[in-house]
Amino acid sequence: MVDTIAYPVQLIQPDGRRVFRPDYTSLVRDIGPDQLRDLYEDLVVARRMDVEAVALQRQGELGLWAPLLGQEAAQVGSARALRPDDYAFISYREHAVAYCRGVDPGVMTRMWRGCAHFAWDPSSVNVTNPAIVVGSQGLHATGYAMGAHLDGAEIATIAYFGDGATSQGDIAEALGFSMSFNAPVVFFCQNNQFAISEPVHLQSPVPIAQRAAGYGMPAVRVDGNDVLAVLAVTRQATQRAREGSGPTFIEAVTYRMGPHTTSDDPTRYRAAAETEVWKARDPIDRIRRLLDREDLLDDVFLARVQATADDVAARLRSGTVEAPDPAPLDLFEHVYSTDHPLIDEEREQYAAYLAGFAGIEEALS
Amino acid sequence: MTTTTLSFGAALNAGLRRALEHDRKVVIMGEDVGRLGGVFRVTDTLQKDFGDNRVIDTPLAESGIIGAAFGMALRGYRPVCEIQFDGFVYPAFDQIVSQVAKIHYRTQGRVTAPLTIRIPYGGGIGAVEHHSESPEAYFAHTAGLRVVTPSNPADAFHMIQQSVASDDPVIFFEPKRRYWDKADFDVDAEPDLPLHRARVAREGTDATIVAYGSVVPTALSAAAVADDEGHSLEVIDLRSLSPIDFDTIEQSVRKTGRLVVAHEASTFAGLGAEIAARISERCFYQLDAPVLRVGGFDVPYPPAKLESHHLPDADRLLDAVDRSLAA
Ligand SMILES: Cc1ncc(C[n+]2csc(CCOP(=O)(O)OP(=O)(O)O)c2C)c(N)n1
Repeated sequence: MVDTIAYPVQLIQPDGRRVFRPDYTSLVRDIGPDQLRDLYEDLVVARRMDVEAVALQRQGELGLWAPLLGQEAAQVGSARALRPDDYAFISYREHAVAYCRGVDPGVMTRMWRGCAHFAWDPSSVNVTNPAIVVGSQGLHATGYAMGAHLDGAEIATIAYFGDGATSQGDIAEALGFSMSFNAPVVFFCQNNQFAISEPVHLQSPVPIAQRAAGYGMPAVRVDGNDVLAVLAVTRQATQRAREGSGPTFIEAVTYRMGPHTTSDDPTRYRAAAETEVWKARDPIDRIRRLLDREDLLDDVFLARVQATADDVAARLRSGTVEAPDPAPLDLFEHVYSTDHPLIDEEREQYAAYLAGFAGIEEALS
Repeated sequence: MTTTTLSFGAALNAGLRRALEHDRKVVIMGEDVGRLGGVFRVTDTLQKDFGDNRVIDTPLAESGIIGAAFGMALRGYRPVCEIQFDGFVYPAFDQIVSQVAKIHYRTQGRVTAPLTIRIPYGGGIGAVEHHSESPEAYFAHTAGLRVVTPSNPADAFHMIQQSVASDDPVIFFEPKRRYWDKADFDVDAEPDLPLHRARVAREGTDATIVAYGSVVPTALSAAAVADDEGHSLEVIDLRSLSPIDFDTIEQSVRKTGRLVVAHEASTFAGLGAEIAARISERCFYQLDAPVLRVGGFDVPYPPAKLESHHLPDADRLLDAVDRSLAA
């Protein structure tokens, strides 16, 4: 048995060669040439979407964006391990998870543009809208999984969060709850080495995955830049969940190549040399090298990938710039599920107030 | 006299620097306050100059930040905690209201908790959800806490030092959309007012506007417009939200006979309600119109594209002033 905390699971080396790990290779035996190419396409699309959104922010179309650059394999590998009826609880950086779950790229930026707090109907794709309060979603996922368990549903729930989030009480409480109730939940920590400026060792002097041991929870560390390895460990964890064996903790060791958000300045807290080291481990280069070694790269395929990526990016762009501003009176919608006199009164008064301006504009024109 | 031009954020930074120099028991703690200098750069360079035992990057855990700072205060320190954004203070709410606020009462005055808890608050910067809240009423409602908010760089500079020097815990709200406002002031002058006193920001005779924090500049620009229309408005900058300096408001209302209270927070059960009630009691016979409130609507803080409607602007203030004058 290999110690997967000390030695993260890896199935593809940075130079594209395969690593043979009988216990994990068997979990991705069905991933043949076509499936490998699909994974590559997902990674390229994820990066392309992200680049487009960053550009939109720079052009003033989005207030903010949290780039996923460098974390494509962790997100795609884990999301592709899920079945349609599994449920994902995501945070603000999981754009690729949302994409893989089928969220329309045209609505993906809605929250970041400030048009609404929500971007999609969670139940239509079984993925939540992004959690902003760090770690809060860990408990929500646990509760959802507890419910699924009670229902006897054979599904897995997965909670995505960062290394910083593991310092939050909510995550600690989620680990405890999920063990106490044998909840079918997977805790998927993307250790991207930073919580804004804070290096991961400030959150924990030991590997994050080791935290699970205190709760008696099985844990695995995986090379988060290796899409195949992430797929394998997540499949194993979701399988455990679905068959009633309880929660698993996954730490995907990766790196955030860009800033925390478009307002951040990473040069203040990390050295360019460190970023260079991680560039050599780029998740897209890695699977590309594998495809190359296995003779699966050809122009037709590459053109297809490029076309898909461009199409998704175009949909994201047009969805963003064409998103209409909400109407002023939308302010008062959905505060309560049934009528509320205070809100009704305020809506009426504000409508009258706005109507007053309309009168002035008419008089002036 | 040393007149300096400082932005609101830089004034806070300068005030914190003085506080660190003045008392070696002062420590700054929070997420990203060290190396990064805080997400708004309010603690910029302080860790470099004072070391990481005085300016402490903490794990990402708000309850942990306040709970640990509370323990340090029990040991004789004067922690200044940064909560990164208003919407993230709630995980720490229990520590603040159940522990920090109550310790003096619980120990019959034997133990103090001289914490300053800095919270960038309010909207107007186009942020995503949980980054634009005005939770001041929760804290003002809690006995044992002092709650203050400066509206300009000079007050920011002095009030942060006064807060750190306070033996009571202080919730220090920083109006984040004012971080970049600049002003000239004398950094070596003594502060004009004690921490708990309000300031008459503009004198007038026809009606009084009470505002605080981010809304004070809005009220001043409304008063300038009203002036052009022949109405003289007095503007009071509350500065302290607990305690509230009702004497200064009363004095003004006795002169003008009309009062409009403005804040970003939702009006229902907000500070405006408290001020309206107290002033109605104190000035029942001097008031020529009911006290009016202009605030955020009673909805969760809306998405950015709608915040210009939610936040009271000069027009909504003037609309209320008109209604008051018409009464
Ligand atoms: C409870 C809470 N505190 C503070 C913040 C502000 N904040 C947003 S993201 C972030 C860092 C999170 O780091 P990590 O959990 O490692 O996730 P990553 O951003 O690296 O994906 C902070 C401090 C927040 N959103 N929620």
